[in-house]
Amino acid sequence: MESPALTIGSITKSFGSNSVLLGIDLALAPGEVTVLMGANGAGKSTLVKIICGVYQADGGSMSLAGQPYQPRNAAEAIADGVVTVHQNIDDGVIPDLDVANNLLLDRLTQRDAPLFVRERTMRKEAKQHADAMGITVPVTARVADLGIADRQMIGIARAMARAPKVLILDEPTSSLSSQESKRLFNLIDRLRDQGVAILYISHRMTDIRRVANRIIAMRNGKVAGVFEGDNIDYEAAVTAMLGHSLSDVTLPAVERGKPVLQISGMQLKPDWPAFDLTAHAGEVIAVTGLLGSGKSMLASAIFGTRKPHSANMSIDDTPYLPTHPQDAVERGVFMSPKDRGNNAVVGAFDIANNMTVPFLSAFSRFSLLSGRKQREAARRMIDDIGVVCQSDADGIGTLSGGNQQKVMIARWLLKECRVLLLDEPFQGVDLGARRDIGEYIRNTAQERATIIFVSEVDEALEVADRVIVMNEGDITGDHTNQQLDVSLLLSQITSSHAA
Amino acid sequence: MTKTRNDRLLNFAIRYGFLLLMIGLIIYFSLFAPGFATPRSAVFILQSVALTGILALGVTCTLVVDGFDLSIGSVATSALMLSAYSMVILEQSALVAVLLCLFMGAFIGLINGLLIVKCRVPDLLATLGMMFLLIGLQRIPTQGNSIATGMSLPDGNVAEGTFSAAFLWIGRHRFDVVLERLVPVPVIVFIVLAVVIWAFLGLTRHGRLMYAIGSNERAATLVGTNVNRYKIVAYMISGVMASIGGILLAARLGRGDIASGNNLLLDSVAAALIGFAVLGASRPNAFGTAIGALFVGILLQGLTMMNAPYYTQDFVKGAVLVLALVFTFYLAWRKGNSSEA
Repeated sequence: MESPALTIGSITKSFGSNSVLLGIDLALAPGEVTVLMGANGAGKSTLVKIICGVYQADGGSMSLAGQPYQPRNAAEAIADGVVTVHQNIDDGVIPDLDVANNLLLDRLTQRDAPLFVRERTMRKEAKQHADAMGITVPVTARVADLGIADRQMIGIARAMARAPKVLILDEPTSSLSSQESKRLFNLIDRLRDQGVAILYISHRMTDIRRVANRIIAMRNGKVAGVFEGDNIDYEAAVTAMLGHSLSDVTLPAVERGKPVLQISGMQLKPDWPAFDLTAHAGEVIAVTGLLGSGKSMLASAIFGTRKPHSANMSIDDTPYLPTHPQDAVERGVFMSPKDRGNNAVVGAFDIANNMTVPFLSAFSRFSLLSGRKQREAARRMIDDIGVVCQSDADGIGTLSGGNQQKVMIARWLLKECRVLLLDEPFQGVDLGARRDIGEYIRNTAQERATIIFVSEVDEALEVADRVIVMNEGDITGDHTNQQLDVSLLLSQITSSHAA
Repeated sequence: MTKTRNDRLLNFAIRYGFLLLMIGLIIYFSLFAPGFATPRSAVFILQSVALTGILALGVTCTLVVDGFDLSIGSVATSALMLSAYSMVILEQSALVAVLLCLFMGAFIGLINGLLIVKCRVPDLLATLGMMFLLIGLQRIPTQGNSIATGMSLPDGNVAEGTFSAAFLWIGRHRFDVVLERLVPVPVIVFIVLAVVIWAFLGLTRHGRLMYAIGSNERAATLVGTNVNRYKIVAYMISGVMASIGGILLAARLGRGDIASGNNLLLDSVAAALIGFAVLGASRPNAFGTAIGALFVGILLQGLTMMNAPYYTQDFVKGAVLVLALVFTFYLAWRKGNSSEA
C-alpha cells in the first residue's frame, strides 16, 4: 500500500454517557476505495462527521498526507481537500437556489472569490460538471423542484467539482436507481484512477462488490474486521458487521390469521401503476424500497395523511377510506411515523406524557387528566418494552435515540389496534434497542396486522414474516422470509423500470 | 392540454400578478383622481415611502437569513433622539451626530446578532427584547421629554445647541429635477440604498450565501459557510438601515420628537412581506421590498386624493398585505403541487 492519504488513530467519541466510537483506527490509501460497513447505530455517521469537521473527536488523532489534520469545522476540512457527500440529502443542497449555484456554492465561501457572482461563467462551469456527472436537468432549475435522485446527484457532483484528495461518500446510493448508481460507480472508478482516496460508506452488498478494494466492518463503535486482497470475503465482512451472518436470522413461521387490511387498486400517483396488498392478522410485513419508491406514500395513504390517486381499502371487510389520521385511529389503524424528532417526539413532555398523548381521553374523566392512570400505563410499557430510564417522569430528551424510539413505539401499543404501521422504526436506533423493539413487535403481533416500512434490507429480514418490495410506486416483489433469495430481493429494489 | 394552459396562467399570475395590479392602480388613479399623474404627486409618494422603504430594506436582509428584526422601529426612533441629543444638548456637529447614529445602529445590530447566534435566543424574542429596551433607553437622558432648542435641562440651564443647517439639509433639501425643488434628499437616499441592497443580495457571493443560509442552514454550514458571521452581518445591516431612517426622520422634523416613528416597524415589515409576492420570488428580495413600499404609497396617495378618510389607511395596508401573502404562499403552493403530481 502506498503511503496513506488519511490516517485515523484510536478516535473516540461519546455523547453524554453514550459512547459511540470506542477507538477507531483506519487508513485510506490514494487510488483505493475503502468501504466502511456497519449496521445502523454502529457509529459510521459519527466517524464521518469527525473526519469532515462537523464533530470534534474526544480522543485520538488524524493525519492527512503525513501532516496533522484537525478540522474545526466543515470549511477547514474542505479547504484541506477532504470532501464529504452526506447521507441526508437535505443536508447537501439548498432548495431555494438553482442547480448551478448548488454545484458551485462552496466557491462562494472562499475568501479570494470575486465579490460579484458571475452568473454566466458560473452556469457554464456548472454545466460542465453536470455533464460529467450525466445530470440532465437544466442548471437553472430550482433544486426544490427536483426529485430526490437528482438532488442526491447534485450533492455528489458538487463534491466532485472540488477536485478532492479524500472523498467520503456516506450511503450515496440510498436513493438512486440502479442506472443512476451505475453512473456514480463509473465516476468513482475515474476518481480512483486519478489517485483520490475514497471512503465509501454502505452496507449494500451489490454496491460494495462493485466498488470495494478493501472493506472495514464496524460494529458497536469498533472496527470488527478488515477485509482486503483480490478475493474479498464478503460473507465474512457481513458477519463481522452484524455479529452474525445474514442467513442466520431465522424467524419462526407464523400462522396467518384472516385478512385484516385489504387494499386493491392502490394507485399512489396518476402515472404510477395500481397494485393490491392484503395484510393478515398475526403477520409482520416489511415493505422495503428506495427513497421515493412510494413506501412512505403508501404508509400515509393507509393512515389518511395523504390522499392516493385512487384506492379501495377495507378493514375486516368493511370499507375504509380515511381522510384524516383521526379516521384511521378510530378504525384502529395506528402509525408510528418516520423521523421521530420532527413527527413524533413532544420535546417538552416526559416519558409518560409522550407515551399517552394519542389516548388522553382514555386517561381522563370529564377532560380532567388522571396523572396516576397515565403513569401506571406508562410504567407497564416501560417494563414491557425495556426503556432504559430513571422513571416515567424523565424528560424525553434525556433518553438515547433508541430509548426515545421505544417510547414512540410504545405510544401506539398502549391500545389494541387492527393495523399497526411503523415507518422507519429503526432510524437512529442502536442495535440493542433495535432487537428489543423488533422482538416486542413480533411478540404482540398475533391479533393485528403489522406493516413496517424500512429502507434497510437487513432490518426487514430481521423482523418480518413477509418482505414486500416497492419500486417506483409498484410492488415488484413479495417474499416469505424463509430461505429468502437476498440477491433477487436486492435487484428488485434497485432495478429501474426504464432499464 | 388544459392543464398546461392552467399551469401557464398560474405561473403568469404568480410572476406578474402583483406588478399588473400596481400598474392597474396607477392607471385607475390617473384617470379618476385629478392631479395624481403629476411629477409632484409621484415625488410625494416616493417621499412618503422613503423612510419605511429604507427600514424595510434592512428587514429584508434579516428575512433573507431566515431571521427577523422587530427592533428596527425603536432603533430608528433612538437614532432620532440620539441625533437631536448630540446636536442640541451636546452641541456637536451634524457629521458627529450622523456618525454616532450609524455607529449605534451597527452596534445594536451586533448585539442582536450575538444574542441570536451566541446566546441562542430566538430571533423574534431577542429583537422584541431589544425593542423594549431601546424604547425605554431613549427616554432616560431627557427624562421622557422631547428634545428641542431652548428646552430646559435638568440642571436648570437651557439647551443652547441647534439642529445644524447641514443636518436639516439631509431631510429637507430638494434637488431640481425637471421642476424646481422637486426631489428631496431622502428619496435619493432610498433609491441609492435600494440599489445597493439589491446588488448586495442579488449579485454578490455574500448575498448568495445569505440566501443559502435562509433556505437550508445545515447545508450552508456543511459547504463551509460561516453562518454565524453572516447572520450577525444581516442584523448589523438592519440596524444601520434603521438608524439611517431615524436620521432622515430627525432631519425632516428638526426636533427630537419622542412620539414620532410609531408606525415605522409595522409599515416596513409589511413592505418587506409584500415584496415576497413581486415577480413570484416567494422569498425576501430588495426589488420586491422597494416595490412593496411603493405599492402601499401609491394606494394610500390615490385613496387620499379620492377623498378616502385617513382612518381607513391601516385597513387598506392590512388588506394589501393579506392579499400579497396569499399571492406568495397559496399560489406558490399550488404551483409546487401541480408540478409534483
